[in-house]
Amino acid sequence: MGRPPAEAVELDDADRRLINGLQGDFPLSDEPFAEAAATLGVTEDELIGRLRRLLDRGVLTRFGPMFQIERMGGAFVLAALSVPEADFERVAGQVNALPEVAHNYRREHALNMWFVLAAETPEGIGQAIDAIETATGLSVFAFPKEREYFVEMKLRA
Amino acid sequence: MPEGPRRETLAALDDADRRLVRATQAGLPLVPRPWDLLGAELGMTGEEVRRRMRDLLDRGVVRRIGCVPNHYALGYRFNGMTVWDVDDERIDALGAAVGALPFVTHCYRRPRRPPEWPYNLFAMVHCKSAAEAEGLVATIAGVLGDACRGRDVLFSTRILKKTGLRLGV
Repeated sequence: MGRPPAEAVELDDADRRLINGLQGDFPLSDEPFAEAAATLGVTEDELIGRLRRLLDRGVLTRFGPMFQIERMGGAFVLAALSVPEADFERVAGQVNALPEVAHNYRREHALNMWFVLAAETPEGIGQAIDAIETATGLSVFAFPKEREYFVEMKLRA
Repeated sequence: MPEGPRRETLAALDDADRRLVRATQAGLPLVPRPWDLLGAELGMTGEEVRRRMRDLLDRGVVRRIGCVPNHYALGYRFNGMTVWDVDDERIDALGAAVGALPFVTHCYRRPRRPPEWPYNLFAMVHCKSAAEAEGLVATIAGVLGDACRGRDVLFSTRILKKTGLRLGV
């Protein structure tokens, strides 16, 4: 995976069609890239080449199945820390080092580091929180979801 | 935790499913016959890989299969976590209404952590300018009306890590 760009990147029309057209419904057929390419009006080689470049440039973070980990018996918790500015890079490194941390964002608030913990068991989440508190010396605020009203992360390119 | 009928799926994920999840969570192979290639790695036919993937989709273990864009790269620089302190009696109906707004990508009820954190409704919005974000926040505020006692918007300013969800070894 490429490094995520901080700024918008130049995309041509075919890239946009590909991103908009392939955020779901990738075919479960023998030759799914050929089938998807036909729908998008490009060749199979071009589709694969473009996907590879978009991944290398960090325009796409992944291409594949998006899992709902809770349905595998796993657990998934949003959590936050209030990190002193001087310690921010150190703490980011300590938090990111845990494999349970799936994403981590800086946000502008007293709680300035927000991350998602994913583990195969609820106990795994508790252990990850303990590990973060021990490593950083900070208290973790955990925000487990109580109800999901809507999830559909699709963005138009 | 998830509500509804989802728990029944947990026990139904067998060892071959779990191996398939592990083999694909970093992404699909970019080759003309990816299901066959995965099958060869996992010791099953490509047809079985596809049958299992269809079943995982039907059960909601896989939400969808496709590309995951980086929002910043697409110009969505304003990734706002809007958070609201909503009357507990009314939050479920209002949360569903906020989630139905076309620009909200995720919407959840989560616990308050007073005194630092009085908010119980989280709605993510993604947009390309601060002005656009303000308009979206005002629209959500309009839906919540007098059931909302306070709000904040936390914009992300850096991606520190984004690997997607992974099962451990």
